[in-house]
Amino acid sequence: MPPLAQRNLFHDKVRLAVTLTGIVFAVVLIVVELGLFVGFTVTTSGLIDHSGADLWITSKNVPYVEQGVAFSERKLNQARAVPGVADAQKLVAHWTQWKRHDGGEDSVQIVGFDVDDPMERPWNLVDGKVEDLKSPDAIILDELYKKKLGVTGVGEVFEINGHRARVVGFTRGIRSFTTSPYVFTTFKNAQTYTGLREDQTYFILVKLAPGANLDQVRRELLNRVKDVEVFTTNEFSHMTRFYWMFTTGAGVAVLIAAVLGLVVGFVVVAQTIYATTMDHIREFGTLKAMGAPNSYVYKVIMKQAAISAVIGYVLGMIVSVFVVRASQEGGAAILMPMPMAVGMFFLTLAMCIGAALVSINKVTRIDPAMVFKG
Amino acid sequence: MATQPAIEVRQLTKTYAEGNTGTLALRGVDLDVHAGELLMLMGPSGSGKTTLLSIMGCILTASSGTVRIAGKEITQLTEKQLPAIRLEHIGFVFQGFNLFPTLTAGENVELMLDLKGVAAKSAKKRAAELLDQVGLGGKYASFPADLSGGQKQRIAIARALAGDPGIILADEPTAALDSHTGKNVMEMMSQLAHKRNRAVVIVTHDSRLLSFADRIVKIEDGAIAGPDALRREPVPAGMLGRSFSQLPINVA
Repeated sequence: MPPLAQRNLFHDKVRLAVTLTGIVFAVVLIVVELGLFVGFTVTTSGLIDHSGADLWITSKNVPYVEQGVAFSERKLNQARAVPGVADAQKLVAHWTQWKRHDGGEDSVQIVGFDVDDPMERPWNLVDGKVEDLKSPDAIILDELYKKKLGVTGVGEVFEINGHRARVVGFTRGIRSFTTSPYVFTTFKNAQTYTGLREDQTYFILVKLAPGANLDQVRRELLNRVKDVEVFTTNEFSHMTRFYWMFTTGAGVAVLIAAVLGLVVGFVVVAQTIYATTMDHIREFGTLKAMGAPNSYVYKVIMKQAAISAVIGYVLGMIVSVFVVRASQEGGAAILMPMPMAVGMFFLTLAMCIGAALVSINKVTRIDPAMVFKG
Repeated sequence: MATQPAIEVRQLTKTYAEGNTGTLALRGVDLDVHAGELLMLMGPSGSGKTTLLSIMGCILTASSGTVRIAGKEITQLTEKQLPAIRLEHIGFVFQGFNLFPTLTAGENVELMLDLKGVAAKSAKKRAAELLDQVGLGGKYASFPADLSGGQKQRIAIARALAGDPGIILADEPTAALDSHTGKNVMEMMSQLAHKRNRAVVIVTHDSRLLSFADRIVKIEDGAIAGPDALRREPVPAGMLGRSFSQLPINVA
């Protein structure tokens, strides 16, 4: 077949630029909106998903991780005594106040854990070690929030809820969904910073012994440890995401924006591909008059759409990568995991082919007599 | 024994729907077109010439009557079956050339061969031969935008010939050309009829082209105005474009 589809696309450079701009815009728009949505969901439950625990023990009626209610730490030993439990540790996750050097205050979320235990340790450390937290008043926070909290480097001393806190390290990319940054410290320090009584904790994290049955251990924990709820990590993660997603307006807004991104992206691509097809409507009419079956014309249109999709996707992803990277420096995470990047290719292809189908509908209705009009 | 007409039209009517009423574009047309003759359809604007050409070309359906192309009744065929008839039997030459502007002259011709299922390598060779036959051997890689009107129409003729059709239908093929170029194109069309035994039907307003016709059929208000559109009249000696030997082309 003579390269009609390729030539139709590449012959008019201005038209090509308009077509590709439309597709690139759609790709970037969808990546940003979906990336914000993915970033939102990952951020809301990041603390839970990175805990390394199998089960979470909470007080009754705790809807999400930021809303923990203190309970007696004696339940820790009860949990440790349950068969199938390899490890259990206390965890503090609670809001408190951070005082900057300029006297201003900010809300932070203290995450207090057992430094000698492998569960719920800060991840993505770029400065310092987790073990540095063993020194007095030591804290680790994320470098994203340096400016917000007035921190310039390791060794600086601040006040948290009226108590001394010394920065010993930084993580990278541990965002808090709320405006309150996470501050990692020892469980003991966390009790001090949050005003938690010495015999209390907010959560107990449980690690199962190899081969232990999750449901069985969970039932046993509920039997032996009174007045608590036990969730799998996935359940608690889902609960937290669900809370922020649907109970607050923020999540719904992000979800709607993501859906709108898809719709607007499709509309832009549809208009672009439709216009490209309509530019050549007379030629398709001539093709049909020459005796080309509809399938031949479809093939040309589909090929145009597929080529546009591939080029538009590549250019769109290049722009998207820059946007995603730029977002790493900001508070709102735009994430583009590999499955999403791959999925975007098929989505772009589907959008272009779908839009081509719309224009094909128009082509099938060409009045063949149009070819006789000078 | 009389030969079968390449096109046989009987009691053809065409009504264009317009709201609750309709406009009768053709009313009971009878017409035969034979291989080896060049027939001109003439008549004022809106008389139904192009409608008749479109129905004979299988790109418009009739309201009633019959049309046989190479002996095959086509008015009962579905829209999906008609393209095959066009592809096998009919070549079109349009007033506006209708070339593909993004394809070279050679590729425009190749496209027709591709539709016929000719392999790419053979199609390339055949397209070059056809361009050579219409005097454009050196223009294979030229785009239509770089060619004159006459050259474009020659490419259109080469493209029409690429399908090796028995019938050539042309709508005002010289309207966009100057008189000299138009004459050359008409000589070429004449040769297609008389040297290559094609049935050639040309719609035209241009009375200067009448000398090329074997038969002239006038249409007025959707009906044949002449005395006998079925009879094949002999071509008067000396009426054809007298200058075959001087032609810059060779379609024999």
